[in-house]
Amino acid sequence: MEYGQVIANGLMLGGLYACIAVGFSLVWGVLNVINMLHGSFIILGGYLTFFAWLHLKVNPLVALAPVAAVLFSIGFLVQYLLVNRVITQPVLTTLTLTFGLDMILYNAMNLAFEATPRRIVLDLGRLHLGGVILPYDRVVAMALALVLTAILYLVLRTSRTGRAIVAVRMDRDAAALMGIRVNRVYAITFGIGALMAGACGALVAVVFPITTSVTGLFLGKAFVICVIGGLGSVPGALVGGLALGMIESLASFWFGPQQAILVGFLIMLVLLMVRPTGLVGKKGYE
Amino acid sequence: MTRLGGRAGHLVFGAWILLLAATPFIASNYFVKIATFLAMYAALALSWNFIGGYTGYPSFSTAAFFGLGAYSGALMQNAGLWVGFAWIGAALVVSAFAAILGFAILRLRGHYFAIASIALADVLMLIASIWAGVTGGGEGLNVKIMPGGPDFIGRVFLYTMLGIMLAAFVTTVLVDRSALGFGLRCIQQNEDAADMVGVNVTRYKATAFTLSAVFCGAIGAAYASWVAYISPVDSFSILLTLKVPVMVLLGGPGTVLGPVVGSAAFVILEETIWAKYLDYHQAVLGVVIVLLLFFLPGGLLRMLSRRSGR
Repeated sequence: MEYGQVIANGLMLGGLYACIAVGFSLVWGVLNVINMLHGSFIILGGYLTFFAWLHLKVNPLVALAPVAAVLFSIGFLVQYLLVNRVITQPVLTTLTLTFGLDMILYNAMNLAFEATPRRIVLDLGRLHLGGVILPYDRVVAMALALVLTAILYLVLRTSRTGRAIVAVRMDRDAAALMGIRVNRVYAITFGIGALMAGACGALVAVVFPITTSVTGLFLGKAFVICVIGGLGSVPGALVGGLALGMIESLASFWFGPQQAILVGFLIMLVLLMVRPTGLVGKKGYE
Repeated sequence: MTRLGGRAGHLVFGAWILLLAATPFIASNYFVKIATFLAMYAALALSWNFIGGYTGYPSFSTAAFFGLGAYSGALMQNAGLWVGFAWIGAALVVSAFAAILGFAILRLRGHYFAIASIALADVLMLIASIWAGVTGGGEGLNVKIMPGGPDFIGRVFLYTMLGIMLAAFVTTVLVDRSALGFGLRCIQQNEDAADMVGVNVTRYKATAFTLSAVFCGAIGAAYASWVAYISPVDSFSILLTLKVPVMVLLGGPGTVLGPVVGSAAFVILEETIWAKYLDYHQAVLGVVIVLLLFFLPGGLLRMLSRRSGR
């Protein structure tokens, strides 16, 4: 029964991880930019949700939508005003730029919120399933994470904007010739990446303590998930997220929590060497 | 730029090294410390320039090399090895590490390489935290303090760092003039074309990666002896990983003198202006990075040579 609990924990973690990585993967795939801001976006979403809950008594799951909207605007503006100017330059430039922006945001959050870990306590009770205990707040967070991921998938497949994003990913120049305003699509894509991060942050705040010192940890997880699952597709992020959730849950059961993070990184490095396209990697962002 | 890369550039560098070496005789211990940092960061920047500047690979593994050097040097020193041998030993360990890993991760390009190189530092940091029996874990590791009083120790480390900086500079000059430097520039411009015309890209890249590691290893070890205490978070700091490429970008990537100019400008800026605003330190660094990328692409050297060319 111990393993039942470990697997259940892995799945709950994995759902969140998929949601964490899907925005990062979208930005990387479409814009060809490694968004070093992603971890801080998640934590910013978490903080906004926390303060809405603490001061305004807003339920985190209700706060999720406005928080996501705020993050979308931030992301849109960052891309539209700043990153778009260097978008055609090499990796080093774009990565360093988002790294620099991340330092500004990180510093601002540290000053504004202080690094003390804060956590939302919902206390919804637990679900007993055989010998496996599932806290309801975690179950809800995982379910919502999967729903958000599914919504993104549908938006990309069916909406006009979604098709434009996919078209730009496939061929930037051809998309421009078809009348797509590429820079605007870039800004929307980056905005969606930040939106997903903010929404995840709201969910993370329900499950984990929120503190600025874990931004790097979340960013690292986004790297690992993208490489495991394969870059540039929603299913890839889903598979990678669930895989990393299971790997970490099992590894931390066998070896310990810090070792679990190490195992994740090592699997990523090995996969980079032998299968850089990931488990379900393919070209178009479908 | 050729003007500054030639004999005039060497003269400027020579004068700079003499000025730094003279600080113990003409200035207070505070300036000796600054001079030591100037030499240390110049050497780190010169190292990164091999892989990031000449070869054009977005390497973010400076902290991995530095931290590995710090830990291996400290462990050798604590095992009873003479300090100098411990530093050389650390440089060798780090070079071997870079050479072996280089063959693996240099097959990756662009973003994948960048992420793999960032992950190296994370992996090493986690190992240093977990392997408490050897590395002291999260509590860190004490290194034997050198006997001889603060003035003497300050000089020892100033001249050590200057020595490593000089070695890195001479290596850069030699690489810049050799077939290796030419090949690396070819790879930077178009790797597939370089491969087609017969540049052994795998070996060249691995060489550049190893060159970018060896001095970082020695500096890490010397730094560990200097501060006499190391911890995983400080040794494998992500900030160091970012600062060093930014210094090179500030000076002028792929040039001989660029890393020296860039690191000097950066350290002086850091010490004089924003060390006074500790709360905003990271944010100011972030702003500097953004301004640098938008308004000074190519670095200070290119700006100077463009001005004088008109």
